[in-house]
Amino acid sequence: MKSKIDKVVEQYPASVFKNRKEHILLKNNETPEPQTITANTRTIPGIITNRGCCYAGCKGVVLGPLRDAVVLTHGPIGCGFYTWGTRRNKGKTRGDEQNYLNYCFSTDLQEGDIVFGGEKKLRKAVTEIVEIFKPKTIMICSTCPVGLIGDDINAVANWATKEYGVKTLAFSCEGYKGVSQSGGHHIANNGLIKHIIGTGDKVVGKYSLNILGEYNIGGDGWELERILKKIGYEIVSMMTGDGTVEDLKSAHKADLNVIQCHRSINYIGEMLHTKYGMNWIKVNFIGVKSTIKSLRDIAKYFDDPDLTERTEQVIAEEISDISEQMEAYKKLCQGKTAALFVGGSRAHHYQHLLRDLGIETVLAGYEFAHRDDYEGREVIPTIKEDGDSKNIESIEVEPDPEHFKVTLSKERYEKLKEEISLNYYAGMMKDMADGSIVVDDLNHYETEELLKILKPDVFCSGIKDKYIAHKAGIFSKQLHSYDYSGPYAGFRGSVNFARDITMGMTTPSWKFVTPPWKTEPLLEGSYVGR
Amino acid sequence: MRQVAIYGKGGIGKSTTTQNLTAGLGEMGKNIMIVGCDPKADSTRLVLGGLAQKSVLDTLREEGEEVELENIMKRGVFGIKCVESGGPEPGVGCAGRGIITSINMLEQLGAYTPDLDYVFYDVLGDVVCGGFAMPIREGKAQEIYIVASGEMMALYAANNICKGVQKYAATGGTRLGGIICNSRKVDGEKELLEAFAKELGSQLIYFVPRDNMVQRAEINRKTVIDFDPTAAQADAYRGLAKAIDENDLFVVPKPMPQDRLEAILMEHGILDV
Repeated sequence: MKSKIDKVVEQYPASVFKNRKEHILLKNNETPEPQTITANTRTIPGIITNRGCCYAGCKGVVLGPLRDAVVLTHGPIGCGFYTWGTRRNKGKTRGDEQNYLNYCFSTDLQEGDIVFGGEKKLRKAVTEIVEIFKPKTIMICSTCPVGLIGDDINAVANWATKEYGVKTLAFSCEGYKGVSQSGGHHIANNGLIKHIIGTGDKVVGKYSLNILGEYNIGGDGWELERILKKIGYEIVSMMTGDGTVEDLKSAHKADLNVIQCHRSINYIGEMLHTKYGMNWIKVNFIGVKSTIKSLRDIAKYFDDPDLTERTEQVIAEEISDISEQMEAYKKLCQGKTAALFVGGSRAHHYQHLLRDLGIETVLAGYEFAHRDDYEGREVIPTIKEDGDSKNIESIEVEPDPEHFKVTLSKERYEKLKEEISLNYYAGMMKDMADGSIVVDDLNHYETEELLKILKPDVFCSGIKDKYIAHKAGIFSKQLHSYDYSGPYAGFRGSVNFARDITMGMTTPSWKFVTPPWKTEPLLEGSYVGR
Repeated sequence: MRQVAIYGKGGIGKSTTTQNLTAGLGEMGKNIMIVGCDPKADSTRLVLGGLAQKSVLDTLREEGEEVELENIMKRGVFGIKCVESGGPEPGVGCAGRGIITSINMLEQLGAYTPDLDYVFYDVLGDVVCGGFAMPIREGKAQEIYIVASGEMMALYAANNICKGVQKYAATGGTRLGGIICNSRKVDGEKELLEAFAKELGSQLIYFVPRDNMVQRAEINRKTVIDFDPTAAQADAYRGLAKAIDENDLFVVPKPMPQDRLEAILMEHGILDV
């Protein structure tokens, strides 16, 4: 296998080869030191990458799902329009609350605004938003040209907050910042910590949680909510799928943070730890076994016999509901292989669900992850900062004198750390089998070549490369938007996913990809003799 | 039609020189258009007699208004056509983009008529970004003159502008026509500029002496030739006009490294002061 991968990258010109070989590795469990990979670096110009931009990470991923904030895109119309509802982060209106998820707000900058500056138009847009929608929060997100012409969006946000009494935040998330959407996540995280979290004083009950890094794609968050509430947890806030600014304000009051997507939100997890003494645990609600483990880990943290018992009870109930269906799908999936290229967490999370179905992951990679998402948080001190990562604002927080609390004794903390992922993420690679392939920032060329070599039964990626796989006769499942399906998280979600991929892999279409004239003679005749 | 761009350090006298020069060419009977590429929109004040006019970008600003060439183009002394690109107030927006937009709009409006002998672009300061290089991009201005003096910073700027010219010479075919000295009465100024121009592979095309007549004319919102045709300085500008009209030395400049530039400065007079 090693030589096959080498052949793929050897086709590159020397400088590209030198770069890309550091992003690809064959998992080897026998190495004396853990294997390392290069990640979160610039994509080589000319390579077709699946990555998004800083604005996509900030507006599209982290801020976009908040129901009760008007997220205003300051820029030409395209950026706003193409991030309008495309991520399938769902949200339900509760009672008579404000819900702006169905709207798209943009300043629609035109040439004249670029030349003369767009601040006036931005003020006008904010004024119109206040007059028409009367929201409690407005979030302004910058696009590339705004950064180039230097519109002072912070000044406009301050002006609006004073003028209208509407909390207005500015996010300088110009698309060109950083190497991928990852920078945008960080910028959004900083803004939420600086201006939102900690400003509320909702009274919270026993066993209260924040769910971090769950964006409710296809309704994933709702399935988590259903299970956790059934056990008896109170969910103070969901960050940010189907979430609200109102809930986020009091997030610091919860007992524990559980982190689903480590990459996009670990900054908030860490800052809440420093500022309020709150602990976070890394969970994975994708897959039956991993959902069970995550629920047990959370129960272990609270260490309450009633809660533990209730957890086991719910697990048993849920399993009995789905086990028959899962078994049926497993029979059809057993022994198949998968290649995953998605996100900064999902390529890891879905390996567990696939394993539940007897599907082996032969290749996995992330678009925008950092080394810690591959190798574990222990490598963070060894990650060398470069110009690109330094260019993204990083903020330091200090313990809050009023709200900081120590929740665990030192002994208990140490003991728990051994049992669960407490303030720690082990990364994807440790979970991968010997001989599987890890690729960072996979590109179209490598996708085509590696699919040819590995011939997986399913390729889980996004819309940009879905049809490359289909044309090669390999079923492809989008793990960004779920191809209009979902939820895939939790117990019921596992069944949905199992159904969808079984259907996809077993459809007879794939055998028609090779046309008959490629395998059979086109002319028929018979010998008639003389 | 010869399209000429005038560059040079800020405050060196580009607008003054351009307008006095075009007056000289206008007196010779040439048909000329000046395109002011400075957001301050003050490149045509002397030719127009201080007449304020609407800039090209002003029309863009006022949405829905019918844009007609006559609204933005005014004729000044010697029938010189004047257009101001205009731009944002300091500190906002993108003046460079403004120039690109404005020149494109002038083309759309048909400002470049075949009867024009000369189009002059008077461009703000240094070539700070792509927008300010617009007049020498895409085959617009074929000739460039840099206004300089014997002062060190003026020569630094001129050398820097040559780097921009060199870059676009390869793609757009633009060439350096020479250095115009707008004298500051620095010691050994003429020799210094001649040596500087020679090092660039170009020429000192004309030496404009310093004369308070220029300021007097300026206060009266006039070019020197218009204000006092008999003045010695009027003849100086006539001489510059003639030199440019007859110029046939167009080169791709060879900008020099910093130390070489400093060596030339040392050689010519500055040490003697």
